[in-house]
Amino acid sequence: MQIYLPIAEISVNIYLLLGIGGLVGVLSGMFGVGGGFLITPLLFFVGIPPAVAVATSANQIVASSVSALMAHIKRKGVDWWMGTVLLIGGLIGSAIGVQVFNLLKELGQVDLLVNLCYVVFLGVVGGLMMVESLRALRRSKNAQPAKRKRHNWVHNLPFKVKFRVSGLYISVIPPLLVGMSVGVLAAIMGVGGGFIMVPAMIYVLGMPTKVVIGTSLFQIIFVAAFTTMMHAITNQTVDIVLALLLLIGGVIGAQFGTRIGMKLKAEQLRILLAGLVLLVCLKLAFDLLIEPSELFSIGDAL
Amino acid sequence: MIRLVTFLLMLLPSLALAQEKLVLGLSQDEVSITATFTGSELLIFGAISRETPPPQNSDLGVIIAVAGPNVPVTIRRKERVAGIWINTDSANIDIAPSFYAVATSGPLNEVLRPLEDLQHAITWDRVVRSAGQDAFSTTEFSEAFARIKESSNLFQMLEGAVALEDDTLFHTAITLPSNLTEGPYRTRIFLTRGGQVIDTLDTNIPVFKVGMERWLYNLSREQSALYGLLALLIAIIAGWTASAAFNAMRR
Repeated sequence: MQIYLPIAEISVNIYLLLGIGGLVGVLSGMFGVGGGFLITPLLFFVGIPPAVAVATSANQIVASSVSALMAHIKRKGVDWWMGTVLLIGGLIGSAIGVQVFNLLKELGQVDLLVNLCYVVFLGVVGGLMMVESLRALRRSKNAQPAKRKRHNWVHNLPFKVKFRVSGLYISVIPPLLVGMSVGVLAAIMGVGGGFIMVPAMIYVLGMPTKVVIGTSLFQIIFVAAFTTMMHAITNQTVDIVLALLLLIGGVIGAQFGTRIGMKLKAEQLRILLAGLVLLVCLKLAFDLLIEPSELFSIGDAL
Repeated sequence: MIRLVTFLLMLLPSLALAQEKLVLGLSQDEVSITATFTGSELLIFGAISRETPPPQNSDLGVIIAVAGPNVPVTIRRKERVAGIWINTDSANIDIAPSFYAVATSGPLNEVLRPLEDLQHAITWDRVVRSAGQDAFSTTEFSEAFARIKESSNLFQMLEGAVALEDDTLFHTAITLPSNLTEGPYRTRIFLTRGGQVIDTLDTNIPVFKVGMERWLYNLSREQSALYGLLALLIAIIAGWTASAAFNAMRR
């Protein structure tokens, strides 16, 4: 069954969109990532214009993140204080990011830079996570309990605050900086930033994995909502009908994803996320390196 | 362009081999885009009226050209730079129809002389070149443009697609894809004899979104902040509802 999308101005199969939404929803619930890095390329593939795909996936991320967050709140898997600190950093960062984005736009080649950003960050984050979680998995097989590094440079900074849910007593500076750098990248790359946020929370801040996902979702909701509003007002590229179909699949998928995530070990969860991130990274790198079948493309007028 | 056509029209009766005129019919005088729109088939039919019997030699031709609204676009070309494929050259096109279909009653070179094509700008090449755009000074870009448009059915060259019966009745069907640009679709019908245009008809078929599609589109343009909030509200309610529903189901 086909449906015509009023803003994208194209007719697409309903079940295909529900399926894409559902898939990304499952990932969102499992890993606490918004799925923006996955849903946008999938929408390109279906034939949705890039500008509409980017803006609408931000809207869909809000829905699936709300759905997943509710499930995590029930399990007390959200550190509200940490989330708020990260969010403050994130909003400052995204304000800076928008400026950087406009600067790049003036210099031209913004698409290329966004793609390179993706390849580099997805590659680095995915690679590091994969290596670390494989090591952790091996350790746990040898029946040695995995130790989180309790004390590194992060713990020697001033303005210490107690984050009870995370079981941390650290300075607010590192979470603010993490939030800010994710905010900058999110604005440039047009995603919620969960795939950078989650590893940063685990490895830089030393938060327990079970709390990380809920807290990341909390922060993503606000960043994605902000992005949606910006796109709706400045570019008018948010397609409500497209978003509705994606989020019907997404919110249901997110509920399943959260339950799958609860059943898996933290290390397994991280390996799966690392694998997924690396896969998307390889696909993007492949597109940059292989000669495209059509060298020309038609875009909106400059 | 229009002035040229009218001028030719005024000139025509005196030049025409036999006084032959076009009478037009359309299956629909507008195309409405609804939520279930998956493209449309436009049936164009008509007759050739005469005051005298037709000449014996059957060199009559009918050409139908449907053009969507003009949308300015940029064509970009990728090149390998330091191992990576990036956009290097680009060309701007201010005037190019978003959709263009030409249907003819026979092989193009038989029903239309190049000079007539030049005057009336009937074929795709003539339409885009008539605007005198620098982008089309390089054939590479214009060919790529036509190729990409053709692959998404937005540019159709339908030679022999117009059925002509007894040199009097003609009809053709033009398939409009679902990814249409809104606006008036200018439809021109040319009657030719020996490749010479002897009569033309010019009409517009409006293509517009209706109902919910129209309402959402207008809202997104005129009340964009409200539209954005509506989008967020739907997202939050949907997320919350799904979560609540799943919890209720588990109990």
